[in-house]
Amino acid sequence: MTDSASLTAPAVQAAGIQKRFGSTRALRGVDLTLEPGRCLGLVGRNGAGKSTLVSILSGIYPPDAGEVRLGGPLATVFQHSMVVPGLTVAENVFLGRQPRRRGGIVDWREMRRQTRQVMADWGFDVNADTPAGSLTVEQRQVTEIVRALAAGTRCLLLDEPTAALERGAVERLFGRIRQLKEQGVAILYISHHLEEVFEICTDVAVLRDGEMVLTAPLPAVTKDSLVTVMVGASERPAEPASAIAAAPPAGGQDLVVDGVTHFSPGTRLRDVSLTVRSGERVGITGLRGSGAITLAQIVAGALAPDSGQVRLGDRVLRPGDRSAALRAGVGYIPEDRQADGFVPLLGAAENIAMTITDRIARAGFISPRRREALAAPLADRLSLVSSGLGQPVRELSGGNQQKVTVGRALASDPRLIVAITPTRGVDVASKALLLGELDRVTRETGASLLLASDELDDLVICDRIMVLVHGEIFAEFTSPADREALIAATEGIS
Amino acid sequence: MNRTRAVSVIREATLLPVLAVLLLASSLINPHFMTVANMTGIGQQVSALGVVVVGESLILLIGGMDLSLESTYGLAPMLAAWLIVPVASFGNGMLLSPYVGLLILLAVGAAVGLVNGLVIVKGRLNGFIVTLGMTILLAGIQDGIVKGQAPFNLPTAFGYLGSASWGAFPVALLVAALIFTGAGLFLRYHRAGRAIYAIGGNREAARAAGINVDRVRIGVYVAGSVLAAIGGLMEAGRVSSVAPTQGYGEGIIFPVFAAAVIGGVSLQGGKGNMLGAATGVILLGVVQNILDLENAPNYWIDAIYGGVILFALLLARVIGGEASAE
Repeated sequence: MTDSASLTAPAVQAAGIQKRFGSTRALRGVDLTLEPGRCLGLVGRNGAGKSTLVSILSGIYPPDAGEVRLGGPLATVFQHSMVVPGLTVAENVFLGRQPRRRGGIVDWREMRRQTRQVMADWGFDVNADTPAGSLTVEQRQVTEIVRALAAGTRCLLLDEPTAALERGAVERLFGRIRQLKEQGVAILYISHHLEEVFEICTDVAVLRDGEMVLTAPLPAVTKDSLVTVMVGASERPAEPASAIAAAPPAGGQDLVVDGVTHFSPGTRLRDVSLTVRSGERVGITGLRGSGAITLAQIVAGALAPDSGQVRLGDRVLRPGDRSAALRAGVGYIPEDRQADGFVPLLGAAENIAMTITDRIARAGFISPRRREALAAPLADRLSLVSSGLGQPVRELSGGNQQKVTVGRALASDPRLIVAITPTRGVDVASKALLLGELDRVTRETGASLLLASDELDDLVICDRIMVLVHGEIFAEFTSPADREALIAATEGIS
Repeated sequence: MNRTRAVSVIREATLLPVLAVLLLASSLINPHFMTVANMTGIGQQVSALGVVVVGESLILLIGGMDLSLESTYGLAPMLAAWLIVPVASFGNGMLLSPYVGLLILLAVGAAVGLVNGLVIVKGRLNGFIVTLGMTILLAGIQDGIVKGQAPFNLPTAFGYLGSASWGAFPVALLVAALIFTGAGLFLRYHRAGRAIYAIGGNREAARAAGINVDRVRIGVYVAGSVLAAIGGLMEAGRVSSVAPTQGYGEGIIFPVFAAAVIGGVSLQGGKGNMLGAATGVILLGVVQNILDLENAPNYWIDAIYGGVILFALLLARVIGGEASAE
């Protein structure tokens, strides 16, 4: 598939890349080489400069200094899907360069034939005539990869490709990556998950504070030493407190979920009931589509169930009414911070205080100074890094944006916190910090916690873990739960 | 924090130098420009438009759009005037008190806004097409009830806002300035004002934060239409009659949008402020005035005005950078 010349020349060679955003130096002289047939894992904490580097390599913006040399065309598969939902797979694969007949008319038959050909060549199997809007996340990813391959690209940048995939799909993705590697494709693999990097990559590169602090072949480095390099010598991630001692909470029923049913494409939740005692921390987990996240959204009032009831204390929460749930004392950390976690143009303080405007307003009016004074302690506890609490959240790094989202939920002093994947896309140290804060708050204020996540590390702070399979509660564990058994249960094996 | 605040104020004021240059150039071109009479004249003329711009800006900030403000601007004073002036002045003969007329005017504004808001927010229809339909409907009613006539001889109380002066100072200008200032402070400091920015900036995030998004959005459509009705009252008072073409027939929605966008209010929502919007209004007013003073050829005045607005949009894009983009 590749000629011998391109096998010898690097696919990407970047030297001395520098980039500055205002007063922030995002990249301070980064070198990076990517060889054909290799898979280079790019890791680093949030704000280390990974996204900036990816954007520069993809040509989204130019570096301030330094040089990027490409051995051939390069394609990036971003975290957010870049397919056009209204077009078919074949149309997406040939977007902007459709095969034409004489007179400029699109040659549909040829376009479908070539799409099927490329799919077959690489062992992929997505139907060329399917509308992209009805593809699964995995199929969309394949479509994007095929688009790159069909255009002759032999260098792929995969930005957090597993973020939205369930376990089986991740395995299949890895199979595809291995195959691409063997055929001489160069891959830059950006990920938060070190296990993935160890499983699939041939080399690893670590960014920290805009500098490339380590480049090494695998498995020459250990996971532990990699974490140390990522975090820097001074700060090791702290263990959440509950790993040390778990006191069984006392008190009556606080949250009651009664026979909740919700059908939507891809997810069906069937007659689920559960209770959370006041002060108790309950985790819900399951594969994508299991309904764990849907259930949490329903409890938070972000989604109305088809039937069933959510009660907090003796109050029945109005279905699908988020502002009523907030007034009843439900804090909410949504799944996708970009979608509904914060308002990008508004400042950190204003985003954090958005849940308590009724409390900080005097006769309806809010003093910005008072707002910042109230947000400051929370920002402090969450170690929020910003140039000031007035800085628009859009300008913050992903990890700090997540801290704002969590801060917003905690600001209202909730009696129940509903947290959905609260550490998604967040680096190791921030992860520990966010979980530690949820742990501390629930202990100190006696608030209950309903935590929906597919990351087992998140569930460490829970007293009890419910596993959902196909929209029903399949198993229940008390903490500390056996990881193997928990994973088996999510797959429906008891 | 102080730095970001300072930067944002500077960014908001980028149009002020342009305005200063325009004022200077205008006073050099025409000696009658920089006179008290002319200045108050401009003030009186732009007040009505300015009040509608406040209404449209609120709606744009929350991520919506309302084309029907121009028809509300015509229909609300038309219906009120029709009910209060005698048949001889093209009224319908009910001869209602002018104060009742004012209430009717406000009620028409509120009702139109409420219908728009409910249909768009609860009915989940696109604001562009809903308000476009509403525009035509309202303008048709405005024309229909008076059969194309223009009620005149408006009672003093009804025309006061648009025609009265305190000394050399037009009441309309004072009221418009108060409305701009009030709306500006409201947007900057009031809970609901901040909710408007939150909803315009990311509606789902605002909802997840517990803001009652639907209620605020409907409220803003109501407020916008009421402001359009008040603007229409000012215009009716200024010319002391209500033309069947007032609003829709004159096509005021273009300068309304243009003033807001030149002033940095984003059509995407969540971005912009009243200082910018006011600058945009004054800019358009000055341009219109200098064209009048210089006796621009009658048949060409619209083309020139339109061209100047497009140029001003480009200029605002270049100077304001991202602040007025999109």
